[in-house]
Order: sequence, then structure tokens, then C-alpha cells
Amino acid sequence: MKPRHKRFAFIGLGLLVLGVATVLILNAFQSNLVFFFTPTQVVSGEAPQGRSFRIGGMVEDGSLVRENDGLTVHFIVTDTAKRLPVTYKGILPDLFKEGKGAVAQGQLGVDGTFVASEVLAKHDENYMPPEVADALAKAKASGAQQSKSLVVPDGRKGSL
Amino acid sequence: MSVNWSKYSAPMAFYPLAGRLIPWFAVVAVVLMGVGLYMGFFVAPTDFQQGESYRIIFVHVPAAWMSMFLYVVMAIWAGVGMGLNARLSFMMAQAIAPTGAMFTFLALLTGAMWGKPTWGAWWVWDARLTSELILLFQYAGVMLLRTSIDDMRRADRSSAVFSLVGVVNVPIIYFSVQWWNTLHQGASVSMSTGSKMAATMLMAMLIMTVAFWLYSIAVILARVRCIVVERDSLPVWDEKPAVIQEAVEAR
Repeated sequence: MKPRHKRFAFIGLGLLVLGVATVLILNAFQSNLVFFFTPTQVVSGEAPQGRSFRIGGMVEDGSLVRENDGLTVHFIVTDTAKRLPVTYKGILPDLFKEGKGAVAQGQLGVDGTFVASEVLAKHDENYMPPEVADALAKAKASGAQQSKSLVVPDGRKGSL
Repeated sequence: MSVNWSKYSAPMAFYPLAGRLIPWFAVVAVVLMGVGLYMGFFVAPTDFQQGESYRIIFVHVPAAWMSMFLYVVMAIWAGVGMGLNARLSFMMAQAIAPTGAMFTFLALLTGAMWGKPTWGAWWVWDARLTSELILLFQYAGVMLLRTSIDDMRRADRSSAVFSLVGVVNVPIIYFSVQWWNTLHQGASVSMSTGSKMAATMLMAMLIMTVAFWLYSIAVILARVRCIVVERDSLPVWDEKPAVIQEAVEAR
């Protein structure tokens, strides 16, 4: 082996070791790296107890209720498997809609209701003109097309 | 006709070549940027959910791609420099860092501008945003490390090691939206599943990406020339190849 081959081999080996170490570290910190917990995780007790955390999922269709003060809202976050009621007092982001993704930060109350201090809209990766969206919605209504939910449990999407 | 490419690995032979190439890349970059922005702002349709605010992607996504891509290129040049002891490779790595940092900052800035109206927050500590911020720190670190060491050879090698170690962050940024729950959405464009965007939107975004590419090449070549002049004290005041040739032969 020439010296330069040795050096390249050394660099390659170094990167490989570093890569393996990174994978191991990230695996160890897996639970700390998630931005939010899904309702299923909350129900199964994976979410932290007694301190603030975030939940994420889809706002269930028809679940959004506004109280008379105009600020307090109740809605249900679902990952299609489990449902979690959420209470929030404040201004919702523009893109917050039923049937769309949302992330809420707050604490789990004793009655199982999640009391949110902040609500964020989670946007999806689909970009299209309104006409196309309309056509898709019509196709879906007629049962011709299955639309996939915006927030899949465990965040495992088929997309990259 | 075969060209002896390896002669261009000598900084002083590379200097005039880079000078000839820069205008081409620069002109095409500006033209494509104009076309891409026009398509993005006037031709591409409004988005069905976000309305007009989505148009930030024509700058945000290409900038974010370039920030990651340039880091990998920088690390490759650093690795080649370490392996071959080639000075020009180190100069290339040195020249890439500021442009990479600029694109990283641009991606973070446009992302924040988009995040406020869309998510409801300028910044969140999710995996994608945090890892991209770390990338900015890495670029800053590489540049700081270089300027803090006076001996050029040691500065080259230290910053090369730093760049190579930091390359592990690039796959983390790219795959973060897949591996963990993040607020940042998944990729709209991918090799495996194709695109989830309307065709004109995608077209404008790809044109902007090519424009940013060519811009990066032009700027980096110009910076390499400056670095060559700085390190080798070339007669920069005279652009004639013959004069540079003379300077090369004089050494």
C-alpha cells in the first residue's frame, strides 16, 4: 500500500467508526429526539408524567368546539388508533383545521384531558393548486381514492 | 484530444482556468435565478392550504439542499486534501465554507419567516431545525478553527478533520423528518416516491436549485482565486495568462 492509500483507508475507517458511534448514540437518545408523542404513546404511558410535553396527531373531524369567550377551544387529537381530548385557550394558527395535523404543548390533566399552553399547526408535504385539491376531495368523497392521513402513527410515512 | 487534467491540481495552473470559467457560471446562474423566481412568483399556482406563503419554498428548499450538499463537498475536498496532501483541495474546502454557511443561514431565516404564519411559531426545537442549526455552527466552527491557527498546513489539516467529523450531521438533517416525529413536514420531493407537488411548482424549485448550484460554483471559484493569491502571492494585478505562466515557471 502506498502512503496515500493508507491515509485514505485511515480516513474511511475513521468515518465508519464515527458513523457507527452516531447511530448508537441516536438510538440511545431516541425518546428524547421526538418532537411530540402520539395519542397511542400517551395512552400506553410512554409520555412523561407530571411535566410538560407535546402531543401530535390529526385534529378529528367535527371535534372542534369553541366556548362562548371566543378563546377557549376543545378538540380531539387522534392518530386513528387512539383519541385524546385537548383544551386550549388562545389564538390558533391559521392552518389549524379539522382533519389536519397539529402539535400541542401542555400537560395531561387528572381527568385525561390534555391542557395545552401552545398549539402549532403541522403542515404536510403536499403542495397543489386549490382546483386539484377540490378534484381530489371529490374523488375521495365518491370513494374512488383513498387519501392517506396526514400524521401517521409513529410518524412512519412512506415518503422520504 | 486528451487534456492533462492533473496539471490543474497545481494552484497556479488552476488560477487562470477558474478565471475563464467564472463568467459562464455566473451569467447562467443569474439568468436561471431570474427565470426560477419569475416562475415561482407569477407562474406557479397558489397552494390549496397555505395560500401564497408557500412561495418561500422556491428559496428555502434549494438553499437547504445546497447547505447540506456543500458541506458534503467541503468534507470530500478536505478528505482528498488529507489523502493526497494536495494544497488546492484544502483551498477548495476553505472556499466552500462561507457559501455553505450563507445557504444554511438563508434556509433557517426563510424557514422562520414561513414557520410563523404556517405553524404559528418562528422557531421550534424539533430534530430537523435543530440539526440544521448545528450545521450552521459547524460551518462557523470550521471557519473559526482555520483562522485561529497561524501555520497554514496545520490549519488545513485541523479544519479538514473537523469537516470530516461533522459530515455525520448531514444524513441526520436529511432523514430527521423520517426517523423522528418532527414539526417540520416530510420531503415533498424524493427519489423513491417522486414528487408531491404540482408540476410548475416543482419546475420552478428545480430551476432555482440549478441556479444556486451555478452561483455556488462561480462564487467558490472566485474565492479560490483569492485564496491562491493570498497564499502564493501571485501577481493578481495582471490577468494575462502569460504573466501567470511566468510566475509559475519562476518558482
